[in-house]
Amino acid sequence: MSSSPRPFFSLAGLRYGARAALPAFPGFIMFATAFGTAAAQKGLSLAETVGLSIFVYAGASQMVALEIWQQVWTPSTILTIMTVTAVVNSRMILLGATLQPWLRHEPVARSALNLFLLTEAGWLIGTRYHGEGGRDVGVLLGTGLILWAVWQIATIIGYFVGALVPQPRTFGLDLVMPIFFSVMLVPLWKGMRPALPWLVAGVVSFVTHALVPGYGYIVAGALAGVVAGMLIK
Amino acid sequence: MSGFGAFIASPWGSALAIAGMMLVTFLCRIAGVVLMNHVRITPRIERGLRALPGSIILATILPVALDAGWPALVALGAAVTVMAATRIDVLSLAAGLGTLSVIRALL
Repeated sequence: MSSSPRPFFSLAGLRYGARAALPAFPGFIMFATAFGTAAAQKGLSLAETVGLSIFVYAGASQMVALEIWQQVWTPSTILTIMTVTAVVNSRMILLGATLQPWLRHEPVARSALNLFLLTEAGWLIGTRYHGEGGRDVGVLLGTGLILWAVWQIATIIGYFVGALVPQPRTFGLDLVMPIFFSVMLVPLWKGMRPALPWLVAGVVSFVTHALVPGYGYIVAGALAGVVAGMLIK
Repeated sequence: MSGFGAFIASPWGSALAIAGMMLVTFLCRIAGVVLMNHVRITPRIERGLRALPGSIILATILPVALDAGWPALVALGAAVTVMAATRIDVLSLAAGLGTLSVIRALL
């Protein structure tokens, strides 16, 4: 690993990252619009809806939060929504773990911002860039900033005009995130053997999904993949 | 406590809920980096982490794709094929979406 270049930060990287994030736009627009629409139907105020997108900024947990959102809060319902959020977003711990070598020499404040903006899609784009030898942390931040902005705009659009959007199924947009993910799989491909843990992850995820309700299948599959990776030489 | 309970029951409760969600989500976001700052990265751990990106992708898309049926699988196949051939991500995304909408239009 001593041959790999040292991480650095540049403004050119910010621009590169923003451009590299483009293929994630359709999925983000789709998901955030759906969230804004659902939040409006559920009776959340604009401030609550946008507040969730600005500060929590994690799609699956925002959707789940709508199911347990309260008109009048109590300490126990606040605790419940925090617990559910932590469970749904626990997979982010894994994403962060892979970024540590890249962010090791970064100033703490900039890393905090970079990690506040961490999403699976942005992380996959950053991982691809890093896998191709790139070490500019600005790319990760540029991707994070632009995707966050897209998320906010799409949330607001969904809140006001979501009901007017035509049937997304017609254009295959209900599956835009899985399609984006599968595209990002290709640059990761390094042959059969390194892909064996992926297969383990897929099988464990599928079985978990069939047996346990909720989003737990993603973290179960991902963990199984990591363990398989550790065990397979 | 009653003052706190009354505060939570007021409209400020929503702000508190969002703040709580932000806090735990941010902790999840930074926990991996903080943790790995204190772990010596052995070859075994490195292999595990290297398997993660592909594992997350498979774990995320496989159940969804299988639930959505064969048109979804064909669309994913089309997207992957175009990506493998061209390495142009936006084009591959369009190929996947296009394939899916054509199949659905014909069905």
